[in-house]
Amino acid sequence: MPSFHYMGHSMPYLPKEGCTGKLIVIEGTDGCGRSTQAVLLKDWLEVQGYAVIDTGWTRSKLVGKAITDAKQGHSLHRLTYCLMYATDLADRMEFQIIPALKSGFIVLADRYIYTLLARGIARGADKTWLRDLFSFAVRPGLVFYLQLGVSDLVPRVLEAGKMNYWESGLDMNYGDDLYASFIAYQTALIEQFNILSEEFGFQSLDARQDARTIQRQLRRAVTGYLQSSNYSSPGVAVGEQ
Amino acid sequence: MDSLLTPHNFPGKLIIVEGIDGSGKSTQLQLAMRYLQAKGLRPFFTEWNSADLVKAITKKGKKKMSLTPMTFSLLHATDFAHRLVHNILPPLKAGMIVLADRYVYTAFARDVVRGCDREWVRGIYQFAPRPDRAFYFRVPIDISVSRLLSGRAKLKDYEAGMDLGLAPDLISSFKLFQGRILGEYAKITDEYGLTEIDATQSIGEQQQNVRRLIDQTLADYKAPMEQEQLA
Repeated sequence: MPSFHYMGHSMPYLPKEGCTGKLIVIEGTDGCGRSTQAVLLKDWLEVQGYAVIDTGWTRSKLVGKAITDAKQGHSLHRLTYCLMYATDLADRMEFQIIPALKSGFIVLADRYIYTLLARGIARGADKTWLRDLFSFAVRPGLVFYLQLGVSDLVPRVLEAGKMNYWESGLDMNYGDDLYASFIAYQTALIEQFNILSEEFGFQSLDARQDARTIQRQLRRAVTGYLQSSNYSSPGVAVGEQ
Repeated sequence: MDSLLTPHNFPGKLIIVEGIDGSGKSTQLQLAMRYLQAKGLRPFFTEWNSADLVKAITKKGKKKMSLTPMTFSLLHATDFAHRLVHNILPPLKAGMIVLADRYVYTAFARDVVRGCDREWVRGIYQFAPRPDRAFYFRVPIDISVSRLLSGRAKLKDYEAGMDLGLAPDLISSFKLFQGRILGEYAKITDEYGLTEIDATQSIGEQQQNVRRLIDQTLADYKAPMEQEQLA
């Protein structure tokens, strides 16, 4: 039977069942190659005949742009930071994720609540508060974690452009040394990710491997997950008329 | 743990008003502000849903009726958090008086009626300090409706809970929606120790009560040095 759950408090007005699709999440710090892998995985799934929608932070119609704008300024506090991201997820959940899951789609999320839990805690937000805040989220069936150490992260981020304000945690006033701030912030994030990984049972992949190897591992794991959960794409096989 | 159940340690004082639309709470708070100003104090005023950060989004979302109970709730929480950090905590820490037109209890009442989980909504506002005095202006629906209709032309969609589809017309929907909110306020008044004011009384009678209670709240209050010199 389909197992559809929320992380914690579920809203009385949201569906408790009938969501036959699957939510698959790819998490990982900045520069771990996560987005590239998500795109490749979506293509592959579609070639296999699965209906997929992809989602990610700040893509909501309601507040996506407002978050990006707010991050240009300096008025965001850790509370408003977390609350705006929660609003973004709530909007996508109700208008995109839940409808897709109801239609039996695979929803592929490039980052999910774990990123916000890690960022929030790294910013000093209360752990219980954060958990409660994001407890409305749909519980994913599978969470991949592309794992990378800080030392592997630095050259990648530099090659990709530069260390940006938020990725370097400059809002937290570690000091005005960009490099030192980046290291301190990303180290704190990775530490949180590792804790979350244990708690929520992420499937960790070594992100230092080449992209093709990682993609192969992802595909194998996804295939196994879809088989073990007896998933079939809508209109493709059993269960549909 | 629950900041709303334990007194804060700031030298300032936080006084807030709650009540459904048309309860007269804003009028009472304005009069209380004049009273404090006349005493030589300089109260800070803040109102619900007014932070630049999300005001435009909420307005647009309301206009397009695209807000869900959850996003409605979260946008207001964002607004509140922003004002708390920028407009409420600094004056409280500086030993000033802050007057708030609506506080977290508005969310506790409205968001739950809209369909959000009661514990979830309370949990979101865990970071809010407990007011030194919270007035709840209790009024029957019919009186609030007639006050609103005589004051301005039209009820607003979300104020009437039109997003819930309780009734086809604004006034019936308003009555049903605000009626449920009254029910939530009754629970909240007990749970958080709000001071109930009978909002069917005349403005003057209510204000007398309000001022007397504010005096009690401020009995141990010392204005910052600078203010004492000015006064």
